[in-house]
Amino acid sequence: MRWNRITTATAVSAAVALSLAACGGNDNSGSGSGSGSGDTAKAEYNSAVTGTYNPSDKKGGTLRMAITEKWDSTDPGDTYYGLSWNLVRNYVRPLMVFKSAPGKQGAEVVPDLAEAAGVPSDDAKTWTYKIRKGVKYEDGTEVTSKDVKYAVARSLDKATLPNGPTYFNDFLLDVPKGYSVYKDKSLAGVAKAIETPDDQTIVFHLNKSFSGFDYFAQLPATAPVPQAKDTGSKYQLHPIATGPYKFESHDPNKGLTLIRNDQYDPASDPNSGRKALPDKITVAYNVNGADIDNRLQAGDLDVDIAGTGVLAETQAKILGNPQLKANADNVPAPRLNFTVFNGEVKPLDNINCRKAILYAADHEGYQRAYGGPVGGDIATNMMPPLVTGAVKFDDYGFEADKNGNVDKAKEALTACGMPTGFSTNIAYRADRPKEKAVAESLQQSLKRVGINLTPKGFPTGDYTKLYAGKPDYAKANSLGLIVYSWGADWPDGFGFLSQIVDSRVIRATGGNTNLGVRIPEVDTLIDQALKETDKAAREKIWVDVDKKVMEQAAVLPGIWAKGLLYRPTTLSNVFVSDSQNMYDYASIGVAQK
Amino acid sequence: MFAYLVRRVIGAVVLLFIVTAVTFSIFFMVPKLGGATADDLASRYVGKSAGVEQIHETAVRLGFTDPLYVQYGRFVKGLFVGQEYNYGPATEHCPAPCFGYSFLTQQPVWPDLVDRIPVTASLALGAAVIWLLAGVGTGVVSALKRGSFLDRSLMSVALAGVSLPIFFTGLLSLSIFSYGLGWTAQGGTNPMDASSPWEWAYDLLLPWITLAFLYAAAYARLTRAGMLETMNEDFVRTARAKGLTERTVVVEHGLRSALTPILTIFGLDLGLLLGGAILTETTFSLPGIGQYAVIALRANDLPKVLGVTLVAAFFIVVANLVVDLLYAVVDPRVRIS
Amino acid sequence: MTEPQDLVTPQDTVQRIERGEAFLDVRDLKVHFPTDDGVVKSVDGISFRLERGKTLGIVGESGSGKSVTSLSIMGLHKAGTARISGEVFLDGQDLISASREEVRKLRGKRMAMIFQDPLSAMHPFYTVGHQIIEAYQVHNDVSKQVARKHAVAMLDRVGIPQPDKRVDAYPHQFSGGMRQRAMIAMALSCDPDLLIADEPTTALDVTVQAQILDLIRDLQREFNSAVIIITHDLGVVAELADDIQVMYAGRAIEYSTAEDIFDRPQHPYTWGLLGSMPRIDRERSDRLIPIKGTPPSLINVPPGCPFNPRCNYAHLNGGLSETERPELLDIGNGHQVACHLTPELRKQSWETDIKPKL
Repeated sequence: MRWNRITTATAVSAAVALSLAACGGNDNSGSGSGSGSGDTAKAEYNSAVTGTYNPSDKKGGTLRMAITEKWDSTDPGDTYYGLSWNLVRNYVRPLMVFKSAPGKQGAEVVPDLAEAAGVPSDDAKTWTYKIRKGVKYEDGTEVTSKDVKYAVARSLDKATLPNGPTYFNDFLLDVPKGYSVYKDKSLAGVAKAIETPDDQTIVFHLNKSFSGFDYFAQLPATAPVPQAKDTGSKYQLHPIATGPYKFESHDPNKGLTLIRNDQYDPASDPNSGRKALPDKITVAYNVNGADIDNRLQAGDLDVDIAGTGVLAETQAKILGNPQLKANADNVPAPRLNFTVFNGEVKPLDNINCRKAILYAADHEGYQRAYGGPVGGDIATNMMPPLVTGAVKFDDYGFEADKNGNVDKAKEALTACGMPTGFSTNIAYRADRPKEKAVAESLQQSLKRVGINLTPKGFPTGDYTKLYAGKPDYAKANSLGLIVYSWGADWPDGFGFLSQIVDSRVIRATGGNTNLGVRIPEVDTLIDQALKETDKAAREKIWVDVDKKVMEQAAVLPGIWAKGLLYRPTTLSNVFVSDSQNMYDYASIGVAQK
Repeated sequence: MFAYLVRRVIGAVVLLFIVTAVTFSIFFMVPKLGGATADDLASRYVGKSAGVEQIHETAVRLGFTDPLYVQYGRFVKGLFVGQEYNYGPATEHCPAPCFGYSFLTQQPVWPDLVDRIPVTASLALGAAVIWLLAGVGTGVVSALKRGSFLDRSLMSVALAGVSLPIFFTGLLSLSIFSYGLGWTAQGGTNPMDASSPWEWAYDLLLPWITLAFLYAAAYARLTRAGMLETMNEDFVRTARAKGLTERTVVVEHGLRSALTPILTIFGLDLGLLLGGAILTETTFSLPGIGQYAVIALRANDLPKVLGVTLVAAFFIVVANLVVDLLYAVVDPRVRIS
Repeated sequence: MTEPQDLVTPQDTVQRIERGEAFLDVRDLKVHFPTDDGVVKSVDGISFRLERGKTLGIVGESGSGKSVTSLSIMGLHKAGTARISGEVFLDGQDLISASREEVRKLRGKRMAMIFQDPLSAMHPFYTVGHQIIEAYQVHNDVSKQVARKHAVAMLDRVGIPQPDKRVDAYPHQFSGGMRQRAMIAMALSCDPDLLIADEPTTALDVTVQAQILDLIRDLQREFNSAVIIITHDLGVVAELADDIQVMYAGRAIEYSTAEDIFDRPQHPYTWGLLGSMPRIDRERSDRLIPIKGTPPSLINVPPGCPFNPRCNYAHLNGGLSETERPELLDIGNGHQVACHLTPELRKQSWETDIKPKL
C-alpha cells in the first residue's frame, strides 16, 4: 500500500487477509527501530529513526505539507495509500488504530473509537465492538454504532468508491455481489453481516474464522460516516470529522486545510497516542518535486507528505553536506527490490543455471542502481528484516562476495550443462531509471561468466498486465529475468510473501505479481501457515518459505529498500514507526519558540 | 467581412471537434491496438486490490464497454446539453458545457478548468506584457545601434534566453530570489488567492519574469531583424525626407511595419500559452491549465485530457482568428482584398 | 591691400563666392562609403548651382552617383555610414556642416523630394491623407482639421479627383500615376523652395509619365521652386530642364544648358545617352543605340578617363584616356566637359557619326 499502487494492483485473496490477521500481536517486531531511549533535541542523522527528534508537547503553529501529485482520496472509505492511512488519523477515528508511537510500539493496534479490542465469538467468526460514549462529529452530533455500520457498508460499493482495500467485501457474511448502499438505503443487504443491537454496539459476522479482525478494524473505512451526510464520490471533499482536526477547505486540484475540531474531546481518546500538536495542517497538491526539496531545506515547507524520500539529486546533495545530513533520516521500508527468474524460459528451468546467476550477480552493483547503501541494504534473502518474524540468512554468500563469485558461477553453469554460458532477456520498467540501471548492472556482471542479457524495457502501466506479468507473453518473448519490486500492506510474513511466491495466484490472463516462482513445496508451506494459529510457529513457517525459495534459486534478491527523508528543523516530535515507515503525522508538531 | 467571420468560426468549431475526436481515438485506439480490453483500460481507475468483477464494474461505469462512437457521442452530447452523473447517493446534472467527470477523482472537469484558466491567463498575459515591452524594446535598440557593443551584449543575453530551459531558469531564480533573498513569492503560491492586485502581481512576478525572459529573447531577435529590414524601406526614407523627427520615423513608420509579423507570432504564442504554460506552471507549481494537463496525462484521466485539449485548442483557434482580424486592422492591404 | 588673385585654384573660387549667391550652391561634394572591400566613391567632387524657378536635370546610368548626390543634399544618409565632404549651401546655409536637427527641420519644409517608386515610398499602413497631414503638421503648428483641409487642397491641386474622399484612401488603392501625384502633393505640402525628383516617372506608364512631368512643370511655375530632376533618361528632362549635368562614375562629365546638351553634346557618353533615349517620333527598332559595356565599379574606378573602356573614341587620344583623368573644363558659354578629345574631333564625330543616327 505504501508505494505505487499500480505495481501492486491485485486482488487480495482471503488467504492474504487470514495471514494478516495472524500478525496481530507483533510486539516483538524484528524492526531495527528504537524506542524512546534515542530521543534527542539535537538534529542528527537518523534522529527520527532511532528515537524521537525534538520531543515536545507544545501545541500551535501551522504544519505545512506538500506532495507532487495527489493520493487516491481523502475519503476514509476510499483510500489505500500509506500516507493517507497515516494522515487520516488526524481527522477521523476508526474502531482501532495503529498507535502513534516510535519504532515497534507504533506497530501495535490499539482501540480508538472502540472502547477495547474486538471480542471474538463463534470460533472467531463473530466480532463485537463497543464504541465509546461522547465521541462527536464536528457538528456536535454524537457518533453511534450505526454510523460505523454505514461507513463499512458504503465502502463495499467499489463502483462508487473504487480505491480502498476489499477485505470487508471478501470477509463479511453474505454480502450481495456488486452491493451498493446507494441502491439500498435501508442497508438490508448487509443485515446479516453487520448488526447494531444498540447505539454503542456493533457486531461483525464473517463468512469464515478470522482471528486478526482488529487489523481490519483499524482500516480507515471503519471510521463513522453519518448516512445523511454521505455524498458518495464527493465525500472526499469534506469527510465529516471525528478526530482532532476537521476540513476547513479542500480542492482536489490544489490541496486541503485542516483546522482544530472543537468537538473533539481528548478525554475520549486515551489509547491512540495522538498528539495533535499543530493548530492547523495544510497540504498542497501538485507541487514540483525539486521545489518541494528546495523548500524543505529552506524551511518554507515542513513535510513531503508522500514520505517516500527526496529526489535522487537532492539525496546526493544531502549526503554530501554534513549539516544537511544531520537533518535527514534513512528510513527502512518493508520492501524488496528483486529480480525474478522465469522458470518457463530455458535454460532457467534448470536450478543450476539459476544458481549461476545468483553467484555471478554483482550485489553492490544492484545496490548502486538504487543509489548505494542509502537506497537500501543488500538483500540476502526475501523477507526484509522489518517484517515481523523475519530471519536474515545468506546461503549464497552475497555479503562475502559483494561483487559476485565468478568461479562458483562457472561451476554452476557446468553443472547446468552450459559451461560457456547462455543468452536470455531481462525485462524492466522503461520509465524507472533505477530498474534500467539494475538491468544494465546485471548485464555487465553476468557477461563475466558468458551469460548474455538483452535488456527489454516495458511501460510501467502495463508491465504486469500485458508484458512481464502475462505468462504467455513472457514465455513467448523469452523474458528470463524480470526486474521487480514489492512492498506489503503491513509488515507481516504472509502479506509480504504470498503474492510473490504462491504459484496458485498466477493467472494466465495477466496482471500477476508472482512473475514466475512455481515451487510446489512453497505452496504446501503456505497452506500450513494459513492453518497455524500459534504465532511463533507460523512465523517460522514463513521463514521456511523464504528459505525454500532461496534454496530453489527462484529469485535474485536485490536490496531491502530504504528512503531518505529530509527533516526540517521547523518540526518537533518527529519519529518513524514500524506501521507507517515515514514520519508519524498524528504526533508530528511544529517547533515552538 | 461578416461572411468571412462566420466561415472562420464554423471552421474553428469543426477543428475543435476533430481535435477531440483525435484525442479520443488516441486514448482508446492505441491501447486497443496493443491488445487491451475494456477491462484492461478500467484497471487503471480502480484501487490496487480490485478484483476482476470490480474492474469490470468500473469499465461499465466509465462506459468503456460501449462502442467508441457511442462514447464519443456521449461526450459531445455532454458538451451541448450536459449529462447526468451518478455520484452515489444521488444523480446530479452536469450542465452544458459538461466535459465529463474525472475517471479518478470523480469530480467534474469543467469547474476545474474554470478555476484554472484565470491562473494561466494571469501568468500568460502578465508575461506577455513584459516580454513584448522588453523584447521589442531590446530589439529596436539593438537594431538602431547595430554592430555596437550594446547590440552585441543584448543579443548574447537574448541567445542565452532562447537556449535556457525554463525548468532551469525557473528553479535557479526560485532558489536565489525566493528562498535565498526572500524577494519574491515561493513556488506553489496561487495568485488567485491574493487579496489585492499588488499581492497578485507579487505572487506572479518570478514566473512572469522567467517565462518572459524566454520569449523576450526570441522577440528581441525577431524585432531586431524586422527593424533592420524595415528601416531600409523606401517609406522610411520618405518619412525622413518629410522632416519627421527620428522618434516618429522609428516608432510610427519603422516599428509599425516591423511589428506586423511579430503580431502574428505573438498571437499564436499567447494562444499556446493560454492553453497551458506547462513547464512554467510545473516548475512554479502554479495551479493552471498546463499543470492540469500534466496531472491528467500522468493519470491517463481522459475527461481531464479532453478538457485540457479542448481549452488549449480553443485558445489557439481563437488566437489565430484574432490575429487574422487584427492583421486586417493593422495592414489595410489585407483588409480590402 | 593687394589685388585679389584671379581664379587661381578651385578652392579660391569657393572662398571668393559669397554665401547665398545662388539659391542652391553645391561645391566639391564628395560622398564616400567605407566598406570591407574598399571605399566606394559614389560621389567624387560635384559642383553646381541652381536658382529658384530653374530646373536642373542630373542624368546618368544607375550607380553614377546621381541619387547619392540628392540624398546628400537632403541629409538622408545614415549617420556613420557615409563620409561626406564639400559644401551644400541652401539659401546661404551650409547643409553639410549643419546639425542633423537643423537639416531635419529644413527637410520637407524648404527642400522636398519625390521618389522613384511611389508604392514603396509611401507607408502602406497609413492613408494618403495621413501621410500628407503628417508632413504638413511637422513643420506647421496647425490643428489636424486645418492640416486635413490643406491635404485635400493639395490633392486637388495635383489633379486627384474627389480629393475629399481620396484623402482617406490607402496608397495601394491608388493607381501608379495617382500615387505619384499624391507623392508630389506630399512633397509640396509645405511649399518647399527646392524640389528634388528622383526618377519621378520611371515606374509609370509612358502616357502617365508625360502628365506627371507636366504637373511638375506647372507646379514649379506656380511655386517658383528650384527643381532637380534625377533620371537616367534624357527624354524626361528634355523639355523640363534648364540645365543638365551628365554624371559618370561619381563625377560630372558634361554640364551645360539643356539646349547645348541636346544640340551640341560634347562627351561620347552623352552621345550614348542620347542614342538610348526613346523618342516618340521614331520607330522603335532604330531609335535605341545602347552604350556598350557596364558601368564601372566605384571602388576600382578605371584609371584615366573612367569611361575609356566603353568609349569608341578612347584610342584617338594617344593613350591619354587610359592614364590621365580628364578635368571638367569650360569650353565656352559655361558649357563644361571632361574629355580628352580635341574640340575638333568632338565636333566632327558628333556631326558625322552620331547626329544622323538619332
